[in-house]
Amino acid sequence: MVEAASAKIVTPELYDREGYPVDGGLMDLRLGVIDPGLVCKTDGLKLKESLGHFGYIELARPVIHIKFVRQILDLLRSTCKACGRILIPEEKVKRYAAMLNKSSEDEGLEARRRKVKEIVAKYKVKDKCPHCNAKQDKIKIEKPYNFYEGEVRLSPIEVRARLEKISEEEVLLFGFSPEHFRPEWMVLTVLQIPPVTMRPSITLESGERSEDDLTHKLGDIVRINQRLFENINAGAPEVIIEDLWDLLQYHVTTFFDNEVAQLPPARHRGGQPLKTLTERIKSKEGRIRHNLAGKRTDFSARTVISPDPMIGLNEVGVPLSIAMQLTVPEKVTEWSKEYLRKLVENGPKKYPGANYIIKPNGRRKTITDETKDEILEELSEEYIVERHLIDGDVALFNRQPSLHRMSMMCHQVKVLPGNTFRLNPAVCNPYNADFDGDEMNLHIPQNEEARAEARILMLVETQIISPRYGLSVVGCIHDAITGNYLLTKELVFNRNEACDLLYSCGVEDLSSLPHKEKIDGKEVFSILLPKDFNFLGEDKSGNQVKIVNGMLKTGVMDKSNLGQESGLMLRNIYERYGSSFTADLLGKISKLGIAVLTRRGFTIGAGDLDLLEETKEEINNAIKKAEDEALKLIDEFYAGKLQALPGRTVAETLELRILEALNRARNKSGDIAVRQVRESSALTMAKCGSRGNPLNIAQMTAIVGQQALRGKRIETGFKGRTLSYFKRNDLSPKARGFIRNNFKTGLTPSEFFFGAMTGRDALMDTALRTPKSGYLYRRLSNAMQDLKVVYDGSVRDASGRIVQFAYGEDGLDVSKTKNGVVDVKEITQQVLGEK
Amino acid sequence: MKSEHEKVIDEYAEKLPEFMLREVKESIPATISKSDLSKVMEVIVASYIAARVNPGECVGLVGAQSIGEPGTQMTLNTFHFAGVSEMNVTTGLPRIIEIFDARKDIKTPMMEIFLKAPHNTNIEQLKKFAAKIKETTFGELASEYSLNIFDQVLTVKLNKMLLDDYGLSAKELAKTIKAKVKGFGVESSGEEITLTKSTKAEELKDLYNIKEKIKDFKITGTKGIKQVLPVKRGEEYIILTSGTNLKDILSQPEVDASRTNSNDIVEVYEVLGIEAGRQAIINEVYKVIDAQGLNIDIRHIMMVADIMCANGEVKGVTRYGVVKEKASVLARASFETPIKHLINAALEGEVDHLTSVVENVMVNQPVPLGTGLPGLVTKIK
Repeated sequence: MVEAASAKIVTPELYDREGYPVDGGLMDLRLGVIDPGLVCKTDGLKLKESLGHFGYIELARPVIHIKFVRQILDLLRSTCKACGRILIPEEKVKRYAAMLNKSSEDEGLEARRRKVKEIVAKYKVKDKCPHCNAKQDKIKIEKPYNFYEGEVRLSPIEVRARLEKISEEEVLLFGFSPEHFRPEWMVLTVLQIPPVTMRPSITLESGERSEDDLTHKLGDIVRINQRLFENINAGAPEVIIEDLWDLLQYHVTTFFDNEVAQLPPARHRGGQPLKTLTERIKSKEGRIRHNLAGKRTDFSARTVISPDPMIGLNEVGVPLSIAMQLTVPEKVTEWSKEYLRKLVENGPKKYPGANYIIKPNGRRKTITDETKDEILEELSEEYIVERHLIDGDVALFNRQPSLHRMSMMCHQVKVLPGNTFRLNPAVCNPYNADFDGDEMNLHIPQNEEARAEARILMLVETQIISPRYGLSVVGCIHDAITGNYLLTKELVFNRNEACDLLYSCGVEDLSSLPHKEKIDGKEVFSILLPKDFNFLGEDKSGNQVKIVNGMLKTGVMDKSNLGQESGLMLRNIYERYGSSFTADLLGKISKLGIAVLTRRGFTIGAGDLDLLEETKEEINNAIKKAEDEALKLIDEFYAGKLQALPGRTVAETLELRILEALNRARNKSGDIAVRQVRESSALTMAKCGSRGNPLNIAQMTAIVGQQALRGKRIETGFKGRTLSYFKRNDLSPKARGFIRNNFKTGLTPSEFFFGAMTGRDALMDTALRTPKSGYLYRRLSNAMQDLKVVYDGSVRDASGRIVQFAYGEDGLDVSKTKNGVVDVKEITQQVLGEK
Repeated sequence: MKSEHEKVIDEYAEKLPEFMLREVKESIPATISKSDLSKVMEVIVASYIAARVNPGECVGLVGAQSIGEPGTQMTLNTFHFAGVSEMNVTTGLPRIIEIFDARKDIKTPMMEIFLKAPHNTNIEQLKKFAAKIKETTFGELASEYSLNIFDQVLTVKLNKMLLDDYGLSAKELAKTIKAKVKGFGVESSGEEITLTKSTKAEELKDLYNIKEKIKDFKITGTKGIKQVLPVKRGEEYIILTSGTNLKDILSQPEVDASRTNSNDIVEVYEVLGIEAGRQAIINEVYKVIDAQGLNIDIRHIMMVADIMCANGEVKGVTRYGVVKEKASVLARASFETPIKHLINAALEGEVDHLTSVVENVMVNQPVPLGTGLPGLVTKIK
């Protein structure tokens, strides 16, 4: 340590009167520089060039290193106080050594040390060293760092002397490495001083200097150390020396760790605890997780996102103001010279321009009105121009939380006016984004390798198939589904309208449109499909969807074929025609759907939820019947006639049966309502799966239904009742959270309260779940991040250990399969069908 | 299936996994000609090869993401009626966490006991067996306690109906209690058991203590089986239990050991071995995911199960389990308790070979996965 050091620190003072670092002080110039203009005395480098150098303090008396207290204790207890040998008889040592080697291989070195302790404890009973017959006393520890033998305190000097006696072979036996480690090193005689660059001081506005926490701590140590030296040299009484020694031990301990359980943490003058070495490394905000495993990046932007169905799936709309700040370095070559020259001429203020140039010597120069002419003059090959973003540049787009690999995909830049990032609504799903104020990040790769990798591996269209289940993660949403559903279900156009529709969604070849006066929606939709595409599937309600030679023959297009996380149709197209075709087709289908809706019109209002009088009657009757049934059950219960279900008490049976009856009533009235509600926009959306479901409609038009907490009716609240409004022990539906009204007519106050109860429960559930699942994910990814497929097809971890002989037992990549399988039947049919 | 077809298909045994060959054999039409068949086989092989994983693919991380991402969508409701409405089961996220932690004491241990032929259709016999394995304590059989503090006598009245159900008599009970209790004389008469203190001690509390103590005495059944429930599953009856004891149950002659199962993965591993433990993890996780209506490919779950079992024993995905096994100090330190790992590394003189992901991120190097895996070997002249 002394050899590695470049300076010995002897004085607690930091600066002299001119504010210049003192030689031999903690800010000694030999330890590195943190002030501009000064030169490091060790390596002659300037600020930010010199990495800094370690120094050392010679401690007047040895102190124990707090982080090794446990190991010291183990060693002291397991070795003889006189001869330093391990307390195991000679002849047994070898046998145990073999056993220990095995255990350390199996369970790691910590288990090994535990075993040594156990073995020694076994022989401890004798209280005598098997080698020299010296009597052994019990070693106790008084936390955090005082050792006692019997009643006598062992000073660090004595501890060190004991540790020195342990032989190298026995160090090995304990599972320590004798090459790197000697036990006595755990008691410090010299303290290493970290370089100043690791603990820079800040100059406040007032010109005052504020030192780093570590410097403060080191200052304390040096001060006490010096006093201890002086006192020892002056032959001060033992008591004073002991006190100072203890103080030194305290300061050194808190220098390493300021959160030792039994010690008061060292504090600033203000009372806030110092952040010393351990706290610097530890936890999420510590060095390892914050600075080493997590990095920050330049060339990135963040802003609010908004939808734009007119841009491509692979594109991202970038605001002009951002495009003019983010840059791409481009080398000046024979071919790019003219074009880059023009950009430089435009400068940083005119789009498309350039912000900087980098000279061949690596110097960076800002382009301004003043420097522009000069730069244009010297611009030649080998120069690099950092130009503005232009259409077609490669960018990585990301939304937190980045839960899966589709949370960061590569998009092509499209510079647009406005201040938000624009993205195609179809890619909302993989990002889990919506437009209620979400923000996203954009990163610009800066070299060819990064750009190539991003474009080939991360482009949106290459990520269409999820590796989680082998189906498409992007698909039409909302209006796009509704539009296509209506189109393929019922709409009929004349030829002009059809042409207009198709042209507006980017179809230019209209030759295959049938030459008829009336063209129905299915025919319009079919124009988009490739001419040799065959598909057989189901729509959402289970009806057949048949596509023969690129013509939609039967069935409608709804969520189950166009939407995300289902769409086998998209999956098949992806497989046959490739990713870019699918992306393009998806864009066209979305645009078509939206175009249809804009021409047809689509709206929803309170009127959509109106019911006919007789329907209302019918629903009322159904609910009434269920309520009566529940009341009858309650009567039976009180009369003691209710039969208990197996494994349940009578009261539980009652609850279950009431719950069942009421839920049945809700479902039934829901069915009635959906059946009899007039063909409305709300219903259309629910039917095709673009938004809402029949239950939502039923809750709005017919009945909200029973509110349940933890799988039961609502029970908590007041003594024997849910609300003070009800009678005690009232088991009737309305007193236990049954909401018989619908959202349109409105809820009674007690019903509203029950609704709020379950609403809050759901909210809490989400709030508690998010951190839990986040931690699970972190643990999983930490455990599995180094698993990879190697060239022989086996899955191995970082040290080459085989985890699986073939990935997933068959070596298939989920994202290349259809929902996890290679469909043999379909292939057979296809091959035979082609003949 | 014609034998010549089989021959053609078997030629591809090297190129396709077994289950796919089987699938082809099942789905191929009988009328197919030989040349057509080989054509079909070629296409199948081609699509199989096209769907294989690329070397360097970071399958572990993809697996972790595939399980972690839908984690937010799982319910937190610990107790949920799943499948069988009569019994509580831990589902959703808490159950997943429980499995991945490889916890020894799970919240709702359960078994599905299948019985051999005559017992599984006869409900009476099944009920008898169920009563036999259910752990019954003395406290459940007793209906009334009376303490005579003055004479130091404890009289317990037994529930006659329950006794008959279990086929027990007061005499037998008295015997078992006698074997376990010291300092008390135990006698039985009719449906009563009397405990009389034999030594005269001053402690009045003794009598009360003994009453509480005998309540927990196991009288019949298998340890750990707290609740039994016969259920019809398809054509036969099975027994669901809450509480598990796989080892003892499997040794019962009536039990069909090949199908009987426990949901405690650590127990399955200890009784049936590591392969069974791995399968138990996969099954249990899949059950939860399926119940939640989530779509996660089985390969990702296999991956987790495999890493948990890679060392020959079930290890949890925690800092004490899988992560501790890692070779790299920095990888371990970046997960949890960094100081501990760094200090141990200092003591042992550990070397980090920077072969995994985090270490390389820390030192600003490309990670050896995916496109970072291949390197170039050149001859330097």
